[in-house]
Amino acid sequence: MSKRTIIELDRVVVKFAGDSGDGMQLTGTLFSEAAAKAGNDLSTFPDYPAEIRAPQNTVSGVSGFQVHIGRKKVMTSGDHFDVLVAMNPASLKANLKMARKGATIILNTDAFADEKALEKAGYTTHPFEDNSLNSFNVIKAPVQTLVREATADLGLDPKSVDKTRNMFALGILLFIFNKTLDSTNEYIQAKFGKKPLMAEANKRALEAGYIYADNMEALESTFHVDAAPLPKGKYRNVIGNVATAWGLIAAAERSGLPLFLGSYPITPATDILIELSQHRALGVKTFQAEDEIAGICSAIGASYAGALAITTTSGPGLSLKSEAIGLAVITELPLVIVDVQRAGPSTGMPTKSEQSDLYQALFGRNGECPCLVMAASSPADCFYAAFEAARLSLEHMTPVILLTDGYIGNGSQLFRIPRIKDLPEIHPPLAQANDTSYQPFARDPQTLVRKWAVPGTEGLRHRVGGLEKTDGAGAVSTDPLNHQKMVDLRAQKVAKVADNIPEQTLEGHPESDTLIISWGGTYGAVSSAVTQLQQSGTPVAHAHFRYIMPLPRNTSEILGRYKKIIVCELNGGQFVNYLRMTHPGHNYAQFNKVQGQPFLVEELVAHIQSVIQ
Amino acid sequence: MSTTQIPLSNTPLTKDDFLSDQMVKWCPGCGGHAILNSVAQTFARAGFRQENYMMVSGIGCSSRIPYYLNTYGFHGIHGRAAAIASGIKIVRPDLSVWVSSGDGDSMAIGGNHFIHLVRRNLDITVLLFNNQIYGLTKGQYSPTTPMGKITKTSPFGTIEHPFNPGELVLGSQGTFFARVADNSPKQMTEVMYAASQHKGTAIIEILENCVIFADKAHARITSRETRDDNQLWLEHGKPMLFGAEMKKGIRLNGTTLEVVTLGENGVTLQDILVHDQHTDDPALHLLLAEMKAPVAMGVLRSVEAPTYEDLLEEQIATQHTSHPVQSIEDVMNSGDVFDI
Repeated sequence: MSKRTIIELDRVVVKFAGDSGDGMQLTGTLFSEAAAKAGNDLSTFPDYPAEIRAPQNTVSGVSGFQVHIGRKKVMTSGDHFDVLVAMNPASLKANLKMARKGATIILNTDAFADEKALEKAGYTTHPFEDNSLNSFNVIKAPVQTLVREATADLGLDPKSVDKTRNMFALGILLFIFNKTLDSTNEYIQAKFGKKPLMAEANKRALEAGYIYADNMEALESTFHVDAAPLPKGKYRNVIGNVATAWGLIAAAERSGLPLFLGSYPITPATDILIELSQHRALGVKTFQAEDEIAGICSAIGASYAGALAITTTSGPGLSLKSEAIGLAVITELPLVIVDVQRAGPSTGMPTKSEQSDLYQALFGRNGECPCLVMAASSPADCFYAAFEAARLSLEHMTPVILLTDGYIGNGSQLFRIPRIKDLPEIHPPLAQANDTSYQPFARDPQTLVRKWAVPGTEGLRHRVGGLEKTDGAGAVSTDPLNHQKMVDLRAQKVAKVADNIPEQTLEGHPESDTLIISWGGTYGAVSSAVTQLQQSGTPVAHAHFRYIMPLPRNTSEILGRYKKIIVCELNGGQFVNYLRMTHPGHNYAQFNKVQGQPFLVEELVAHIQSVIQ
Repeated sequence: MSTTQIPLSNTPLTKDDFLSDQMVKWCPGCGGHAILNSVAQTFARAGFRQENYMMVSGIGCSSRIPYYLNTYGFHGIHGRAAAIASGIKIVRPDLSVWVSSGDGDSMAIGGNHFIHLVRRNLDITVLLFNNQIYGLTKGQYSPTTPMGKITKTSPFGTIEHPFNPGELVLGSQGTFFARVADNSPKQMTEVMYAASQHKGTAIIEILENCVIFADKAHARITSRETRDDNQLWLEHGKPMLFGAEMKKGIRLNGTTLEVVTLGENGVTLQDILVHDQHTDDPALHLLLAEMKAPVAMGVLRSVEAPTYEDLLEEQIATQHTSHPVQSIEDVMNSGDVFDI
């Protein structure tokens, strides 16, 4: 093959799309791993249907995985893709509108010869003939035919052979981006070690794709994305839910407490339970409960018994846990509740992401029932947010709701692996044995935090429960003034956490008249939009909130500095209304999207520009 | 398999050591008073370290008991005591964990947690106060109220088939089930002590009298006048005899139990079933649990099986030996990691 030119790129967005069951999630993950190993910064976005094997060849059944790699800081998984791998007509149909002009589109032509598949995808004309692909660089590969040829002598059944089509597609991509096959081959060996024939078939399919790309006349050049100039350190690619699990284990280590998770499987939070259940070797105790309520109640029991106790869930599960969160609030026990938000209400769209559980986290309980609310901002940040949620919960004897979402929970990002000893020590307020002055609801005068007396400790026998208790002694009480006092104390205790969290920081151009506000998983998109606005001559300030209840102590001062405040969030306006309630008198505007999809940078830029002008 | 032991007290303890200074607020004549007394006696007799007793409850009259005991206690929310206790026992196998609950708490709102606790076989004892009524909400029918009973919410009689807790326990592969009446304190303490020594989930159904809303609900079984003919006190290895003169007995006829009288129709002691609470096969235990006249009392079933917490500790020990990781840092630094 003639020598091709290699074009250096700053960044590129690749989308893998196929039927659910075509292995696109895996293909995307393996491509990301290869890019990460080559030192690229990256961000990924798996977007898949709720059904395990959705109806074949339909648009609703398309499973996609988008990965954005760069030699500069990568903040989002990208608005538009530069390369699309479409394994069938439906995946082309579903994704073409998000292609950048001139994008490279790699098509499995075997699937496009299937008239039924075209019809099911909603094509009335053949996309190869109707000029709809004219403005793209189309690479046609008969993937099915070629993997069958490559594996003909292995004697495998056609069904098994067809399962290797994704590896062929990956081979093409790895060639186009000048990546090696090494990490993928290692994965195949590990995955199929016990099935040598399948291992061989996958390796051959991968190599066949690689060679096919090399032999393509249409491919005039290949691309290279250089390593990103990241700070020195050890790195890896990590998905948000795994980072959450690791952050919790790290917090257990820094607090010297055992880790307990009580949880019930629910999309998209289940991966945290799956990850934590792997770590028995570290003493992690996971309990797959019979329902969401047992998940949190077992965690409350574990917390009373002296563990760092966690429950993980998603929106509908948080609804089921509401009563028990109240129990943790009134017993003043530490508890981390992770809510990986998804599109609601009710079952909603389980695999799609949203930020619409904020009201529920803040207000969704009976009685005066404040607890801490925090939000993670990116897949890698899930590690630090989970650690911080555990720290605050343990040090302040209060439940914390940590909001992540399906986008950052399933998405992945390059993660600089921290050293555990560099993380802060956590000091839970454990009561000392035989402390004759011990009272269950006696408080630290500064923080109003009570002491945690763990069963088995001599001399500290006591009872707690869901009934109102007297301040100090903790006897059951319906005394009116005591109830008022306890309600006030519980609220003040939560408010005082503001003294133990950092002040809110500003990014972008703090001196501007306009402040953009975001929170949680939209950090990458909003931050990218702020950068673009600055580059196009519209400087704005940006405050991304991590601490929501309580808000950082300088929030009021920051809000007072700006003539215009635009709050961007993936819900109907929950955080902006919370700000209107807690900090009235400012000129708030809002930008909301409730489509189960993340913000596009371009729509943020366009909206902010229109508000400013 | 190694099992975590619950530490014993260095000094002998008495019933009074376990009663708290809180005023007991059950109605006069409520079965709760006798139950509380038996619990305190049992705690003293079992002899575990006082700090290692843990009483957990849900909501209802039964669930006030943690406040009346001088132990660590947790008064939870309706139906959830089993789940709360599970978390406690998993984290702290060295605690003697007890749940006090009622027929509403455990058979209705907490029914799911109840069957799953039994299925998992955590080493927890559940005192199921069965008074066949919702007492604390003042007299609504419960899942164990007999069919046709008139209550505040069934003015024309209930049209629901009641649960028999023993059937649920055996259907959930329970390893320990006992039944006892609240007016038989000696038997109650005996059964509670047996439960305290059982490794696994122990369910004790206590036929409890609610003097206000379901008075004499169990009278046929428990009253002094009729109990001899209506209770079969089971003892392991002993023939199933009952009646004032211990002349009546239980015989297996095909797949049903029948009441026979010694000396009548040629019935001898040889015909009478001998109780085997330790047999794995639950068939006879189920027949006993379902028997209506007489009602089987005492320990119906007590079999050995691994507990959840022991299996978990074993997994942790095995994994710790085979995977030499000390910290999450080791985990994060394994796999696809690279230096920049």
